[in-house]
Amino acid sequence: MTAVAWLIPLLPLLGFIINGLGFPKLNKKVAAIIGCGSVLASFAIVCSLFLQSLQTPLNHRIDLYTWIAAGNYTVSFALLIDNLSVIMMMIVTGVGFLIHVYSIGYMKEDEGFGKFFAYLNLFIFFMLLLVMGASFVIMFIGWEGVGLCSYLLIGFWWKNREYSAAANKAFIMNRIGDLGFILAIFMMFAVFGSSDFDKVFPAASAFTTNDSIIIAITLLLFVGAIGKSAQLPLFTWLPDAMAGPTPVSALIHAATMVTAGVYMVARSNILYSIAPVTLAVITVLGTITALFAALIALTQNDIKKVLAYSTVSQLGFMFVALGTSSFDAGIFHVMTHAFFKALLFLGAGSVIHAMSGEQNIRHMGGLKKALPITSFTFLIGTLAISGIPPFAGFFSKDAILTASYFNSTIIFLLLILTSVLTAAYMFRLYFMVFWGDFRGTHHQEEHLHESPQSITIPLIVLALFAAIGGFFGLPEIFGNHNWIHHYLSPVFSQNTRIMAHADSVMIEWLLVAFSLVVIVPVMWLAYQRYALKTVKVTLSEEQLPFWYKLSLHKFYVDELYDYGIVKPLSALAGLFSVAVEKKMIDGTVNGLGSITLFLSSQLRKIQTGNTGFYVFAMVAGMVLMLLFALAKLNVF
Amino acid sequence: MIAITLLLLPVIFAIILLLAPAASSRRIALIGSIISFSITAFAYSQYLQEDFTKLNFDVSWASAFGIRFNIGMDGISLILVLLTALLYPVIIASTSRTVISNPKAFYSLMMLMQLGLMGVFMAKDAFLFYVFYELTLIPVYFICAVWGGDRSIPITLKFFIYTLAGSLLMLIAIIYLYFKTPGSHTFDIQAFYQLTLTPVEQGWIFWAFFLAFAVKIPIFPFHSWQPDTYTVSPMAGTMLLAGLMLKMGIYGLIRFILPIVPLGLEDWVDFAMVLCIIGIVYASLIAWQQQDLKRLIAYSSIAHVGLIAAGVLAANTAGLQGAIIQMFNHGINVVALFFMIDIIENRYGTRWMDELGGIAGQMKKLGVLFMIVMLGSIGLPLTNGFVGEFLLLMGMYVFNPWAAAFAGLTLILGAVYMFRLYRNVFLGEVKDHKMTTSDVAGWEGFILIPLCAIVIVIGIFPSILLNVSEQPVQQLLQFMNDHKSGVSGL
Repeated sequence: MTAVAWLIPLLPLLGFIINGLGFPKLNKKVAAIIGCGSVLASFAIVCSLFLQSLQTPLNHRIDLYTWIAAGNYTVSFALLIDNLSVIMMMIVTGVGFLIHVYSIGYMKEDEGFGKFFAYLNLFIFFMLLLVMGASFVIMFIGWEGVGLCSYLLIGFWWKNREYSAAANKAFIMNRIGDLGFILAIFMMFAVFGSSDFDKVFPAASAFTTNDSIIIAITLLLFVGAIGKSAQLPLFTWLPDAMAGPTPVSALIHAATMVTAGVYMVARSNILYSIAPVTLAVITVLGTITALFAALIALTQNDIKKVLAYSTVSQLGFMFVALGTSSFDAGIFHVMTHAFFKALLFLGAGSVIHAMSGEQNIRHMGGLKKALPITSFTFLIGTLAISGIPPFAGFFSKDAILTASYFNSTIIFLLLILTSVLTAAYMFRLYFMVFWGDFRGTHHQEEHLHESPQSITIPLIVLALFAAIGGFFGLPEIFGNHNWIHHYLSPVFSQNTRIMAHADSVMIEWLLVAFSLVVIVPVMWLAYQRYALKTVKVTLSEEQLPFWYKLSLHKFYVDELYDYGIVKPLSALAGLFSVAVEKKMIDGTVNGLGSITLFLSSQLRKIQTGNTGFYVFAMVAGMVLMLLFALAKLNVF
Repeated sequence: MIAITLLLLPVIFAIILLLAPAASSRRIALIGSIISFSITAFAYSQYLQEDFTKLNFDVSWASAFGIRFNIGMDGISLILVLLTALLYPVIIASTSRTVISNPKAFYSLMMLMQLGLMGVFMAKDAFLFYVFYELTLIPVYFICAVWGGDRSIPITLKFFIYTLAGSLLMLIAIIYLYFKTPGSHTFDIQAFYQLTLTPVEQGWIFWAFFLAFAVKIPIFPFHSWQPDTYTVSPMAGTMLLAGLMLKMGIYGLIRFILPIVPLGLEDWVDFAMVLCIIGIVYASLIAWQQQDLKRLIAYSSIAHVGLIAAGVLAANTAGLQGAIIQMFNHGINVVALFFMIDIIENRYGTRWMDELGGIAGQMKKLGVLFMIVMLGSIGLPLTNGFVGEFLLLMGMYVFNPWAAAFAGLTLILGAVYMFRLYRNVFLGEVKDHKMTTSDVAGWEGFILIPLCAIVIVIGIFPSILLNVSEQPVQQLLQFMNDHKSGVSGL
């Protein structure tokens, strides 16, 4: 099947072209069939590749054509099919397909239906290119392409000024990261003469540990990951990105695009393992981000914002996995997170639809009666993300915590704390939305309904995976067959830390005990507070404690950026366009012009009107010309 | 024969235009430009078949002074000739909407301008180069001054004097080089490449050429004529200036500075490079503040050409290849952008950002087309702009990593000011609800759709252009390096 692997990105691209050119003439049914069908077809091919990869590990490069060539630098348009890219392709096309199906129901009333499917398909195309590229440059095409799709879809309802501002913010913050990425690419060209994985990685192995060049490359690449995967300090675009339709939040801003940074670092594991300094930076930044975002998520009242900060926090976990060289644990968490976070977002979408567009959880409550399927699947997602065994999140988070335990006690403890906070804000969300009394308007209450099948079926499928997805990476105490570890070992073999068996058994039992002893009481507390007691519909700011306000206002990071960066830059630009441009530069030019005018007015006095002078000048000129001609003829 | 035909055609059509009735002027000019384009396309095919004989033309002209009428095309020239021939029908067609007073004169001047541009890009003789270089100034001056908006006469006069003063320096440098050629002197550019000049001489000549071209391009801080001139000129004039004429300056940098004064470049490149980089950031920040769409694109153009010039100064394969393909891309993108702004101004009666909004709802096709060109302009991968920026920045990286890092800010700032424009003009609610507007139709689509197609096709298959200039670029760099080692061996 590797021979037709180029079809995998091409099919969604064709879907984009047909739906894009056909919009708005194509009717919604056809647009939906093309949009979903093209991704399903890709998924089918990926599945056959996956089955093949179970037999023997894949490592296949497909060179399509020479894209850019200048002197010694060549960029081949090449795709790479190996176990890592196959597992990412499974996530992208599999979860992607479910979200496409969900969108049929979610967007059916929208006038931009066909356009929405065109954009979704374009996103799948770029995302596949990102995970399939055989060099950093091809990965960069996908990398920037998904950024574009993110922009287009965040601002999908483009008449709203705030939404288009959020879209701009997302694209620009991503581009800050992309500058780091592209500089890393230049550096690779300068050092290795290429950015192809199969040239860079073997050559890099020759470098000594913590070589400054490798540190620079890995740090610059990581800057790209910070932007794309919304880590500190470039995370503020992701919560704003919730302006997009909910399927977009599920697909792009939870399951796939934002994990691109994790994939990229994992893909470059050979580079990173030579640069422990960078790994340490990643670990620390990941931990801080995980904790910081979880603290903000605790007090948010917008259902999607809670999930958005939760995503930032979970991405932090993934980076800790990478930073502690547990690359397979990072990818494992990408996978389980894709299941349960897509599930949670789609569930949130179902709730928002039922609530006639309401997103404030303080106006919800008691929805489990009206939305039984949504409520039940949302609960599974909540259990999974909170790390309750045996749901998916437990195993992947367990792998990360175990890795961090061996790395640093402080990191480990901070992550444990974050896990507790995760359970707290998720169960707060769950109980506030689905339990207690309904707090919305009368109109909303009348309109409450369970979503149609195109929405509930993806929820059920994802809930199934969120429940059992953890068994792909079953740790050692449960049978010692960590499937994902073995599956990815061809890619990570030289680097995945070999864990001491006895220690790891001990720490794993400890974590199981921990989730029962600490997280279950947290759940119970949340139940007491948000399900049994009456939740306030509005908060009065004055009565809030300081820490609560800090969290509610997201630690004022947006304001900090606005006053610290945007406003000063804008003032500088204003100074440039008025003072420097008009007064200094143009002023100097005009001044020179005036001086010239003055001089010429003096010079004009040569024009005396004296015929004799003119004749003299004429003759002098002629003599000069004659001398010149004689010089040419070599008379002298 | 092709080369001389490309020069004669505009002259012939200029004469026809003067004789034919005024009502048919635009059609005649359009036919002329399309014939030129067809011939250029033929030249491209000949070049691909490596048949160079038809591309050159060489006769003695003023033999006493060693001036030959020597024109021809290598890959670098061909790409710029192709750009000129491609944009000319577009620019002429774009004038359809506006009523032009005295169309005979207007289109004849356009034809003369084409003669000058083609001449500059094809000249192999330095004197000829200078003549054509100055020749372009006259028609474009009249086009901008006579058919321009408010205050167009003082503003274009400033532009005229400024660039004329610049090229005077170039003339002096050319004459100096002429007297340096051995035996009976010659203006042949190839002969200039053989000269051995002392580092001090090279420094002076570098500055003479650099200033001349820096004004034309324009490079910061020699740019102050540009925003005003672009803004007051009629749209066709702006397109000529931004799409084509400034390329003469960059082309001059490539042809004269790199191979003739490599040591002068080496001594001063840091200084010149810093100017280019300041210009990129400075102009981008100013573009971010603009309300007038035309002026915004004018400033963005300063940033873009600053990057191109920096790539040339880096003087390596990636930088030069990037500069050449980006000259082509910039021409396509900037003309398409100006054209679309013209459409907006025509429909809504304004090109002020805060008076516009929500156009994407009323003109859906324009919204999409503008998006495509904008993506090319900000250098998104798989558009033409990415290939150019990627190679330019890579060339700068090889020169000095920090240069690439600072110039790379254009990736961020470009997105900042273009997305601001798109958001304010195309998104949101329509400002004036009563206004009903027709979308892009007929001939407008006929112009814009091919331009957008080029944005994407070059993005996916850049080798269409890169292959053409690869060999001459290598040759030029070889010349430069041989020359450098030869001189320093003295």
